[in-house]
Amino acid sequence: MDNKFNITVKNCDLYYGDFQALKNINIDIDEREVTAFIGPSGCGKSTFIKTFNRMNDLIEDCRITGEIKIGGENIYAKGTDVTLLRKNIGMVFQKPNPFPMSIYDNVAFAPRTFGIKKKTELDAIVERSLKQAGLWGEVKDRLRKNAMGLSGGQQQRLCIARALAAEPKILLMDEPTSALDPISTGKIEELINELKVDYTIVIVTHNMQQATRISDKTAFFLLGEIIEYAKTGELFSNPKDKRAENYITGRFG
Amino acid sequence: MSIRAKYEKELQGIFDSLVLMCRHIEAAIEKCVKALTDCDFELARDVFEEEKQIDEMERSIEQACFKILLMETPVARDFREVSAALKMITDLERIGDQARDIAEIAIQFKDEGYIKKLTDITKMAVIVIQMVKDGVQAYINRDLELARSLDATDDKVDGLFNKVMADCIELVKKDPDNAEQAVMLLMINKYLERIGDHAVNIGEWVEFALTGSHPKKIK
Repeated sequence: MDNKFNITVKNCDLYYGDFQALKNINIDIDEREVTAFIGPSGCGKSTFIKTFNRMNDLIEDCRITGEIKIGGENIYAKGTDVTLLRKNIGMVFQKPNPFPMSIYDNVAFAPRTFGIKKKTELDAIVERSLKQAGLWGEVKDRLRKNAMGLSGGQQQRLCIARALAAEPKILLMDEPTSALDPISTGKIEELINELKVDYTIVIVTHNMQQATRISDKTAFFLLGEIIEYAKTGELFSNPKDKRAENYITGRFG
Repeated sequence: MSIRAKYEKELQGIFDSLVLMCRHIEAAIEKCVKALTDCDFELARDVFEEEKQIDEMERSIEQACFKILLMETPVARDFREVSAALKMITDLERIGDQARDIAEIAIQFKDEGYIKKLTDITKMAVIVIQMVKDGVQAYINRDLELARSLDATDDKVDGLFNKVMADCIELVKKDPDNAEQAVMLLMINKYLERIGDHAVNIGEWVEFALTGSHPKKIK
């Protein structure tokens, strides 16, 4: 993988056994931009986002055809180092999922996995990552406390810090704020806006206003297909496809 | 009631109010020109009342639009329609002001007889009233063709405007004593021409609501 972290997908089909979950997906996702995936439940957004770090590998019966390139390299090619791929592509889920260990150990987990042992080095990574995630001020005096004691919003920012500690290039976020209150949501949206300077961000969201606030481009999914993909302002003010318009205006979905 | 049905009902409320506002505007233009032709000062005063009503309607439609934007956060065509309504009522309110301006001038004329016939001014009034009606109807019926036709109709208004102006210049040249009336008639002429322009703006907002982009000016 070279230094570019754009995502290019060509003719991607994905099957769970006999069921086709993604149908001929073609999309170019630019680096250092926020791309939002919207669409009704079960339309394939989450399935698709997981193809970028090969999380579908873990699902039995899951079969993918077509081409997914990150920085120009086919990530499904034989010999792809999946661990390295997942280091480069961080993921944050809907429900905050800190490990049942200290705040410090959560953030230090990935760097330790990749062989960093020196305390000063780890300290620096932990501080930097927590600062990037906007959590440092709130936890700097209790880094050794268990992460499970944090509030939901703090736990989610911890998960973002944990993802950032691996120094990824791409951040995948699957409904990262749907379980959070408006203040925590606001903090995470602000964070996404700051992070896009350095990272390529792909976010699945059910919150249309969130997509309009934070994303540069939006893709509308329906029944496993991308129906419309456009600049966010364009898609929400003047969608070209009737189905996209009907969905975002609440006529169905 | 589903969210969607609630939204449709609120939007219908705005449509109804726009029709009502449009009726007051028609009455205001009709009355101010009739006040002029018939030297009817009472009718001119009626226009002031109409104009107040128009201002109030602008406020109430504005509030209804703000409420929809706040509560429903509409997107796509819904968003464009509410935004267009918000912009259109500014043009409609200005039209009300111009009718009032004409009425104010009408009051200043005494029973002295006019230096020229008011046929062209009356013609202009008839055309601009129809233009305002068409603009509002195009919005409510989502009629792109009607909205686009306003620009061509406005050319007729501009033609009459130029004619009245030329007549007034000629009358002043002939007899400088005509100057006072000529200036007043010219102002009325200009107000009516502006009303036509506002109606064209309304048509452009309708086009924006329906297509997502403003018409390109070729002129």
